Amino acid sequence: MELCDCNALDIRKMLRDRNVSAVEVLESCLKRIHQVDGRPGALDAGEVSKEDEQRVHAFITLTAESARESAEKVDRMLTAGDDPGLLAGIPFTVKDIFCVAGTPSTAGSRILANFRAPYTATPVERMCAAGAVMLGKVNLDEFTFGSSSESSAFQPSPRNPWNPARVPGGSSGGSTASVAAGEAFLSLGTDTAGSIRQPAAFCGVVGLKPTYGRVSRYGLIAFGSSLDCPGPLARSAADAALMMNAIAGVDNRDATTASVPVPDYLVELEKDIHGMRIGLSPDYFRITFPDAQSGNYREQAVPDAMRDAVLEAAEVFRALGADIIEDVPMPNTRYGIPAYFVISRVEAASNLHRFDGVKYGHRTAKEVHELKELYRCSRGEGFGLQPKLRILMGMNVSAAQYSEQYYQRALRVRTLIRRDFEAAFDPQGKYRLDALLTPTTPTPAFPIQDVYGDSVLMQYADQLTVPANHAGTPGISFPGSLDAEDLPIGLQLLGADFTEDLLLRLAHAYEQATADAPWRKKKLRILDLEKL
Amino acid sequence: MSKNKDEIIRETFDHLVDLAEFALEEGEARYLLRELNSQLSAIHQLEAIPLDEDLPPASHGVPYPQDRKQPLREDLWDACKDASSILGQAPQTEGGYIVVPDIPHTDLD
Repeated sequence: MELCDCNALDIRKMLRDRNVSAVEVLESCLKRIHQVDGRPGALDAGEVSKEDEQRVHAFITLTAESARESAEKVDRMLTAGDDPGLLAGIPFTVKDIFCVAGTPSTAGSRILANFRAPYTATPVERMCAAGAVMLGKVNLDEFTFGSSSESSAFQPSPRNPWNPARVPGGSSGGSTASVAAGEAFLSLGTDTAGSIRQPAAFCGVVGLKPTYGRVSRYGLIAFGSSLDCPGPLARSAADAALMMNAIAGVDNRDATTASVPVPDYLVELEKDIHGMRIGLSPDYFRITFPDAQSGNYREQAVPDAMRDAVLEAAEVFRALGADIIEDVPMPNTRYGIPAYFVISRVEAASNLHRFDGVKYGHRTAKEVHELKELYRCSRGEGFGLQPKLRILMGMNVSAAQYSEQYYQRALRVRTLIRRDFEAAFDPQGKYRLDALLTPTTPTPAFPIQDVYGDSVLMQYADQLTVPANHAGTPGISFPGSLDAEDLPIGLQLLGADFTEDLLLRLAHAYEQATADAPWRKKKLRILDLEKL
Repeated sequence: MSKNKDEIIRETFDHLVDLAEFALEEGEARYLLRELNSQLSAIHQLEAIPLDEDLPPASHGVPYPQDRKQPLREDLWDACKDASSILGQAPQTEGGYIVVPDIPHTDLD
């Protein structure tokens, strides 16, 4: 087994036992990147070649030299007998929505293509302080607007390592692709409607959306300030727990972080799940799709493969001693996407007003005679279609004559969605759940170009993940199985506020119980290395 | 014929684009207008939901009781240690100022 395909916890042990050096671990990742990633995303990249179609393209900026310096520093500390930190020597990638000092921090957008951040986001700072080795910035949907990573201005956009003709999901597609392909052990992503969990499901990795306020948003280029959650991508629940130990916790530079104590997630991981109450909800076994012909919305059951994966997982949990509680109502789930269309767009329009060509980022090279012309040309040239779409919708639904009908109404529907979760997890309530088990996505990874352009259909990919963003509650996606085309199926566990420890524990228990499952032995298509 | 009463017409769209301060090509404008109206049909589903009059809005999901909120910090200013790293981001500067074209002027009759 290559070093880069091990788990972060195993690597940590090997490093501390001095069986391997941090530089050797890094070199293993760099070799894998060289073998499978292909050319990094770039502006005006031209046509996608046949070779491009067989590569991952997770990266926008690879920072190999500084990674080497970090790895060498870890090795010096280990040799000297010093403690190099919780994540020492573990290579990780960062979704390019986080500011990292001295690196291009692009948000996948032309408007920030030339922006080198003057400061570093808190979660990245904490990982580096813990000795982790930053490999670089990975690709994403532009400003995180999307569920496929295709909308990036930096092309080629990332591809799914399980099948490179498929999307990796989004918006943290570069993060999940880099972890799934063995390019990195961990990645820092963000989840606003499912952008950690959905690509994690598509790429067969573990993705945790923490409770809103659990991980600092300082240094995160904002999309929806009431919805955005930074969180870990990893190849196991234990590795995600390790990363949470480093990044979670209050930050006085982000007033929305909660001063709730951070447990030791690794210790919590190993506790017994006997007697834990896991719910199943009929509202998460139905999905809504817009009908392209009529413009109406029809409801249908989730595909059999998704439903069966969840029911089989429930049996695994039952055999481990958990109680399965069926028919838990979550009746406002179906309003998650309509409410999200309103709330997220209002916040996005507000957050994107700052990109004006004045203080940083792209400024038009055209000759302009007055300030508004500078704004119009810079923003027109710098933003792609997806940001423009969100800005316009945000302005429409918050306009004075529509605000009550759209925005205020959506915020009240958000209260209903939140109450679904409060009722399900109420310790004095009827269901008293520890977690709710659902499919993560309505479908497995779809083909590249299949959905892109239809903004409604693309948004509905998030219908099973977005309610947790409205409610602020945590959720984890972890691999459940593979479908008939060898595409990953993700399972989702949703929990009450600040119960990431319980979700990680359950995902870990499931992994341990299914460790010998045949599907876990299948190889990613991108790793058919004889062909490379 | 519009599909619903609140469909965005071209005139409204152009006004929104004006407020949003970005120049658009015609092909972009057609795509955006079509997608906006498509999204509005999803948003209209919110109108059918019965809402109690006293149902409050939720500007965020997770509540912030006193023991979860951070205390306010002292109102003390802390000078930026490296102003040049910030000013250095600007496309055009002069003497510590960011240079931009003049604001639009209108003659008042």
